[in-house]
Amino acid sequence: MSQIQEFEKALSGSDTSVAAFEEHGTSFVKRAQHFLHSTPAAVPLIVLVLSIIIFGIAIGGRFFSSYTLTLILQQIAIVGILGAAQTLVILTAGIDLSVGVIMVISAVIMGNCAITYGLPTLLAVVVGLAAGAACGLLNGLLVAYMKLPPFIVTLGTWNIVMATNFIYSANETIRDADVDAQAPLLHLFAMSFRVGSAVLTAGVIATVVLVAILWYVLNHTAWGRHVYAVGDDPEAAKLSGIQTKKVLMAVYTLAGLIAAFAAWVSIGRNGSISPSAAVTDYNLQAITATVIGGISLFGGRGSILGTLFGAMIVGVVSMGLNMLGADPQWKVLLTGVLIIGAVAIDQWIRKVSV
Amino acid sequence: MTQEPVLTARGLTKRYGRVTALNNCDFDLYPGEILAVIGDNGAGKSTLIKAISGAVHADEGVIELDGKQVQFKSPIEAREAGIETVYQNLALSPALSIADNMFLGREIRKPGPLGSWLRMLDRPAMEKRARDKLTELGLMTIQNISQAVETLSGGQRQGVAVARAAAFGSKVVIMDEPTAALGVKESRRVLELILDVKKRGLPIVLISHNMPHVFEVADRIHIHRLGRRLCVVDPKQISMSDAVALMTGAKKPPEDALAA
Repeated sequence: MSQIQEFEKALSGSDTSVAAFEEHGTSFVKRAQHFLHSTPAAVPLIVLVLSIIIFGIAIGGRFFSSYTLTLILQQIAIVGILGAAQTLVILTAGIDLSVGVIMVISAVIMGNCAITYGLPTLLAVVVGLAAGAACGLLNGLLVAYMKLPPFIVTLGTWNIVMATNFIYSANETIRDADVDAQAPLLHLFAMSFRVGSAVLTAGVIATVVLVAILWYVLNHTAWGRHVYAVGDDPEAAKLSGIQTKKVLMAVYTLAGLIAAFAAWVSIGRNGSISPSAAVTDYNLQAITATVIGGISLFGGRGSILGTLFGAMIVGVVSMGLNMLGADPQWKVLLTGVLIIGAVAIDQWIRKVSV
Repeated sequence: MTQEPVLTARGLTKRYGRVTALNNCDFDLYPGEILAVIGDNGAGKSTLIKAISGAVHADEGVIELDGKQVQFKSPIEAREAGIETVYQNLALSPALSIADNMFLGREIRKPGPLGSWLRMLDRPAMEKRARDKLTELGLMTIQNISQAVETLSGGQRQGVAVARAAAFGSKVVIMDEPTAALGVKESRRVLELILDVKKRGLPIVLISHNMPHVFEVADRIHIHRLGRRLCVVDPKQISMSDAVALMTGAKKPPEDALAA
């Protein structure tokens, strides 16, 4: 380095030790902020524990019974699975408004294949799963290759799939008894196990297992890191050699497939298969669980475990208010508060660059 | 120069609608050298670099790497051929760790069934190699290899991006404005990094507006003007003001410089 600039000569005497600062200046709030930044699922977990404690104190021992707590799990299983699908999409900075209706149409297809057309039940399930994945694939194609905004694409497919569902099914419900008689496999996830007074259904276990698998995939495989990278900064991801279009396609298709899996679980929970379930706001419930779970709507941040906690928070709050005999509208109001609170916390945590 | 060039381009032309960004442009890079590319804003430097790194497909012209004609359809293909680029925006994912970023798109999987069946990442191996690379390039101030890139300073991020390119580039490393946003100390570090990479035998293409930096590290300077190579000069035989005069059209290039 012969031509070093005059003003740069002073650098030879510059400090070479690793930067260190006195720690006593950092307040508890700052350290908490840092902790939450590095552990994204901690906020919903803390809120979940707090809400269980608060309702436990307000209601008493009845609330703490393992029966009540496992009942909450049964109630949130479907939203939990849909939330997992939603999480994948939101991690890529997208949104999927169609997961709810994809679930309903998949359930209707499974039911029709097994009962009306008399296909073997396993084949009917496969057809239903394929239908869900196909809906997701359509979303993925439009988002990744047509480069349309995910909100618009899934707003469109939400309506398209919902209408298709009503036209195809002629809004005819398949009765619980018929499912039981002709295709008991569709009720697989209603199977329940008793441990003391705790009641676990196969649906609850499936939800937890699914979230665990997705957590592994997102954190310990290359594809999972690519999902985060695409949501974080798509341009940087592309220049780093990630095939962003393929990742987006896979994410939307997988979301459709998971929604179809939720359909199977929902048949177990509801017994009958009703096309009119398409008007239920499952998609918004899934987004609510995801947002309360601390997944950033701007993409690339959050842990899928948070989504499960988010769904549980909503379940605990609605069960708690129910048991207190409150007007159901209080649940809606509180959910709104939780959503805004969760996003506010997300913004606050994002400020930390430590 | 008796050596064969590593990378050559002949007659590159690229038009964006009615705007001509590259006009029959030539380019040569020789083994082990640092070639600086300078030029006014809008001269077409970035388009030239993008054409070489696969981000842009030229309308006309041929690119040869090691004497073989290549046509990159994407930056991924250029990377596979051994051309690594440090982009001006660094192309790092802020929320991912340093190790994850360095191996983005070419992760190492665990050996055995964990890797081939469960596709599990080999984090320890990735972190070790990332740490080795950073140490090799003198980036000792990064304490924690698994910290998120967004927690690093601008100079450290630049260092990570350069380390990534140096670690994987087997033929050519291209750096677009690597010191543009950096302080005095950080710029110095990056220049040292560039020289370190050169010492390891890799040729480097350096795009910069910073004349003192260019004159310090470059072996040859490619002066780009109006979409083509105006001339190639030796920084030891020309003054900075002459280079600026050539680049802005205030002065005509000497006859012999055109051939270099």
